[in-house]
Amino acid sequence: MDFLNDSSHWGTFLFFSALKVVMAFAVVMPMVAYSVMLERRLSAAIQDRIGPNRVGPFGLLQPLADGLKSFLKEDFTPSHVRKVYFIIAPAVSMIPAFLTIAVIPFGSVMGTQAMVIANLNVGILYTFSVVSLGVYGIVLAGWASNSKYPFLGGIRASAQMISYEIAMGMAAVPVFMLVGDLNLGKVIEYQANGAWLVFKQPIAFVIFLVAAFAETNRLPFDLPESETELVSGYNTEYSSMKFALFFMGEYAAMIAVSALMVTLFFGGWTLPFFGLNEAATSIAGGIAHILVFLGKVACFMVFFIWIRWMIPRFRYDQLMDLGWRRFLPLALANIIITAAILWMQHL
Amino acid sequence: MQELLFYIFSALTLICGFLVVANPFTRNPVTSAMFLVLTIVSMAGLFVLLNAFFLAAVQVMVYAGAVIVLFLFVIMLLDVKEVERQHYNLFGVVLGLLGLLSVGGMLIKAILASGVGKDLHPHMEGTTKDLGMKLFTDYVLPFEIMGVLLLVGMIGVILLSKKNLR
Repeated sequence: MDFLNDSSHWGTFLFFSALKVVMAFAVVMPMVAYSVMLERRLSAAIQDRIGPNRVGPFGLLQPLADGLKSFLKEDFTPSHVRKVYFIIAPAVSMIPAFLTIAVIPFGSVMGTQAMVIANLNVGILYTFSVVSLGVYGIVLAGWASNSKYPFLGGIRASAQMISYEIAMGMAAVPVFMLVGDLNLGKVIEYQANGAWLVFKQPIAFVIFLVAAFAETNRLPFDLPESETELVSGYNTEYSSMKFALFFMGEYAAMIAVSALMVTLFFGGWTLPFFGLNEAATSIAGGIAHILVFLGKVACFMVFFIWIRWMIPRFRYDQLMDLGWRRFLPLALANIIITAAILWMQHL
Repeated sequence: MQELLFYIFSALTLICGFLVVANPFTRNPVTSAMFLVLTIVSMAGLFVLLNAFFLAAVQVMVYAGAVIVLFLFVIMLLDVKEVERQHYNLFGVVLGLLGLLSVGGMLIKAILASGVGKDLHPHMEGTTKDLGMKLFTDYVLPFEIMGVLLLVGMIGVILLSKKNLR
């Protein structure tokens, strides 16, 4: 195991990358499971109910029971579906959410290893390109189901996600104009040395946040699966583990987009006090940074869930109107204003 | 390692590209579109091997993420049934061959003129900053013309789709 201390050896790189991938997966999967549970408990609290509290202490083992139930239910494939796409669609909807996490710095350093799986210098472009692939799972599911409600859900999803992707991308541009680099690690460095970007770019943050709701198909923009009109939209025909994959994909996408917002606007793994603004020098410091990051992500998850039980669903034309006629011009204006301010500072 | 990846990605690009136009198993347009996505993603892999990360990311974002989703959208909305067996007509075959030969000729000429294997640059200069500098200094006129062209195209589409806009 000597090569582990030799940072130039390719084996070291491979070993630590694999380790980080496994660790990230091992953290995100339970987070997905417990977000579902949190959603159920929180919605119950908001509606003055109790929620699932039977399995384990305070119902904490509920995700385990849910998972077991998904596996044991009959995996029914209707005869009228297009088989190949019907089977691959749930997987396709889940993969992009996990791929996004690859470039997000989830901690500073531990030993000599930077706590990011892939330190890409086009980090954010990678994220957006992967996020843009997320639509395929839903579209294919809707089409492969070969019946009308899923189909309408799929069509709605594709239009909605393409529209809000543009607003989302445009909203993030001023951030990178200020930072001067596309690397997400540099974005965090910039925020650690000054103020968090949410204070410098509040408009960008609001647009990004709303677009994030639309991208993950969460209420108030859950039109692809709106129960009242489309039964359950694109996943109507799915059962058992295939349905659970869609469900998990949605929560994984929420975690990924929360992590992205934490990185872009809320300083990533840094905190402006307790000296947590600088890269860790000890293992304990490294762990503290990771916990700070996870804590921030958890706050966003609670926010996501809270909104769902507070705000009614938009109409489809309102959704499109908001995306194209309000947010896109606003984001463009924000870019121009930021450019003007940067220009004046350089005069 | 890099060579191995190059062969994998090239093979994937070629195979998927072939399956887009001539899939022996199905003539379903959605399958073609999905293979086009795979072709584009494996081409992005080739860009990454050239260190052109920006191009790779943009390739996936624009083509796989937006353009082909719109293709799918249209295919699904129009509900294109499996394309029927085409009966070939002589005119089409001759025209197609002519097009193939001329494009192939141009390609071969370009490859020969570039001098394959002579002074190789191991990396493309593909950082975002370099690209931006080039676009806004040396190539600013073509860049602006392209922008105007896209704008004209966009206005044209809006005009065509809104029939009552007089």
